[in-house]
Amino acid sequence: MRRALILLLRRLIGAVPVLLIVAVGAFLLLEAAPGDAVDAYLAATGGADSERVSELRAEWGLDRGPLQRFLAYAAALARGDLGWSTAFQRPVLDVISERLPSTLILMGLATALAFGVGSLLGIFAGARPGSLRDRALSLTSLAVYAMPGFWLGLVLIVIFAVDLRWLPIGGLETIASGKSGLDRFLDIGRHLLLPVASLGIVYLALYLRLMRDSMAEIWKEDFVRAARARGIPRRRLILRHVARNALLPVVTMLGLQFGSMLGGSIVVEGVFAIPGVGRLALEAVSQRDIPLLLGVMLISAVIVIAVNLLTDIAYAVLDPRVGSSGTAA
Amino acid sequence: MYPLSRRVMLVASAGAGALLALPFGTRAAEPAKGGRLVVAADSEPPNLNPAMIASNGVFFVASKVIEPLAEASYEGKGGLVPRLATAWEGSPDGKSVTFKLREGVTWHDGKPFTSADVAFSALKVWKELQNLGRVVFKELTAVDTPDEHTAVFQFATPTPFQLIRNALPALTSVVPKHVYDGTDIAKNPANTALIGTGPYKFAEHKPGEYYLLKRNEAYWDKDRPYLDEIVFQVLPDRAAAGNALEAAQIDLAAFSAVPLADLARIEKVSGLKVYANGYEGLTYQLVVEINHTRKELSDVRVRQALAHAIDRDFVVNTIFLGYAKPSTGPIPQYDKTFYTDDVPRYPFDTAKANALLDEAGYPRGADGTRFKLRLLPAPFFNETKQFGDYLRQALAVVGIDAEIVSNDTPAHIKAVYTDHAFDITVGPPVYRGDPAISTTILFQSGLPAGVPFSNQYGYANPAVDDLIKKAAAAIDEAERAEIYKAFQKAVVGDVALINVAEFSFITVASEKVQNVSNNPRWAVSGWADTWVQA
Repeated sequence: MRRALILLLRRLIGAVPVLLIVAVGAFLLLEAAPGDAVDAYLAATGGADSERVSELRAEWGLDRGPLQRFLAYAAALARGDLGWSTAFQRPVLDVISERLPSTLILMGLATALAFGVGSLLGIFAGARPGSLRDRALSLTSLAVYAMPGFWLGLVLIVIFAVDLRWLPIGGLETIASGKSGLDRFLDIGRHLLLPVASLGIVYLALYLRLMRDSMAEIWKEDFVRAARARGIPRRRLILRHVARNALLPVVTMLGLQFGSMLGGSIVVEGVFAIPGVGRLALEAVSQRDIPLLLGVMLISAVIVIAVNLLTDIAYAVLDPRVGSSGTAA
Repeated sequence: MYPLSRRVMLVASAGAGALLALPFGTRAAEPAKGGRLVVAADSEPPNLNPAMIASNGVFFVASKVIEPLAEASYEGKGGLVPRLATAWEGSPDGKSVTFKLREGVTWHDGKPFTSADVAFSALKVWKELQNLGRVVFKELTAVDTPDEHTAVFQFATPTPFQLIRNALPALTSVVPKHVYDGTDIAKNPANTALIGTGPYKFAEHKPGEYYLLKRNEAYWDKDRPYLDEIVFQVLPDRAAAGNALEAAQIDLAAFSAVPLADLARIEKVSGLKVYANGYEGLTYQLVVEINHTRKELSDVRVRQALAHAIDRDFVVNTIFLGYAKPSTGPIPQYDKTFYTDDVPRYPFDTAKANALLDEAGYPRGADGTRFKLRLLPAPFFNETKQFGDYLRQALAVVGIDAEIVSNDTPAHIKAVYTDHAFDITVGPPVYRGDPAISTTILFQSGLPAGVPFSNQYGYANPAVDDLIKKAAAAIDEAERAEIYKAFQKAVVGDVALINVAEFSFITVASEKVQNVSNNPRWAVSGWADTWVQA
């Protein structure tokens, strides 16, 4: 317990410089991009006269220099205020918190699909490395991993939504349906089938291969041979000895891949019209909305840090050797 | 006797059957009340108030809730049809315009619509806050309201009634005084939860998902609107809009949400119809803006050569797939009042272009190049980017090396309109019913830097500035039209910029939807007469 708390504390302290780097980095990148939020606004609204243009710049604080603006932003952040989004004309915190649940659900389900099904299939393949089913699964997973996620998404839409009309083409739920409770839950589930599949299937292939390769390595270990010699039944051997050890690198990969999946969610959210945080980042860049972009980047960084922390804890739980001599963790 | 083979009998009976079917299919159907129309929306403007922001993105949703004084029409007198104003008349001295307002109109919150609302909207919103209104209503000093249904606009200097009339559909959305008066108009919550007099009431906005509008049961046009609800589903991806139409999950996609290249395929899908009309009042023009401060480009012969190097027919057929018209000048052919074709022409003629460039003193170098230009195609539309690619090739033929600089939207605005860091650009200015609204500003000299969609390319012709000033004060309509015709001749002769094509948008809708594209600003009009067949 104490070890877990120390881990948590170390991680939290270590998170601060990470977040600072993310904030400064994102700010500098968007500053370096030519054009500002007022330019984006003028393009969308058909222009304005020069008086109005100066008025807008003053109103949005864009007439100050970059250092001034960053310091003002940092000061507000210290108070927990994520600032005002010029693209949405609302507080950044409101904009993000409205959309965060959709992204988290999408990514949570996609990760569950990828990790759950991927690991199971990986165990199935790795149970007998070199067998026909192993080769078939490995080949298929390689092909799937090579597919671009957005292409897969569009193909799934064309087949299941346009041609077969079994599933909706996008959106989070049926519009103004008035449903609640289980009905609404099922409705959202139906809408999320294709997006979760497009986002998850590619990572499923990754976890499948990882699990399978990991198991193939473990099969060669001495303790497995010893266990076989002891007469442990095959199924127990595979699950409790080989797979359980093979799971460790896959769990680590889960934490690492979560960040890249968050990036992939931008495209999937766009294609399937899901109101998530990924699209917000895109909007923020195209409208040069610095507070919004920083808000999205910071919240994403916090989520990724949290997920990595959870996987580290999971790793420690799964592997009794971790932390026992104080050398790991 | 003609031998009646079995084949002949079959064909004949099929033909008879088809003939029988015809009368039932062609009889005009009675509008049915009820139903929901689902429309694709690609953006969610943070401020939906059309009186403040006169843009298509805002009008698309807001025009069903908030109404202007008059709307554009194919058949109406002067191209207008009354909405909140039933009659309008200009005074002989041009210093006042009297509007008779519609009676029996209520706001969605139940309060009555009166002339006070029009006065408030005009003085506090259109004149002060609306980008185009600040131009057209600059000289508005007061709005008298002798009674609840009359509003008299008073101008400090003679203002052409013709201009005010042309500006009615786009610039005169009326908002309720009792909601906005005394508040910070720009931050009023009614800018996102609209309150208007229109056929539909604002019901709900779920950010990122949809807007929901519901029928206004107390609408002033009894028996209308027909639909129960309109849903604007936010579909940011263009492929998604096309798929949604095919899967019958949305009923309508306007503003070319379905890309031109997909139209041939979509047309073949049964149950869908493509409408190429209904946007004449929103004509976009494909132009090449030329930086006159660049030495080579300051010579009119060089600019003429550029114009001769462009094959307008190719642009219309290949880039716009036929959904455009070649352009001869800054005013589109659709506007019969002001358009004249009596302007210098620059037909596609590469030999002439080469000759002009040689004459101007820019011979080809050893590698065949005369000089280099920076070309910044506007990223707003696919077609402007494609035209940029075409322009580079077309100019290479006459020995000009045009280097394409790609930017995203805010970067483009800054580079062209603030920094003037370009030699030529491809731009899509909009013609809004009258040259004075957003067209003359492309040719007026002396504008400060940083004003988008205006003359930021150093063109200065005092004679043209003079014409613009005269037209801004010309009360007599015939005289005003003549001034603008002279204006067209002058700017085309100067090759201030190169007008290449006039284009607009496409609507794709389910065949169930009726009364689509039946006015020149259909997508941004009220849809009170739109209905769906069961």
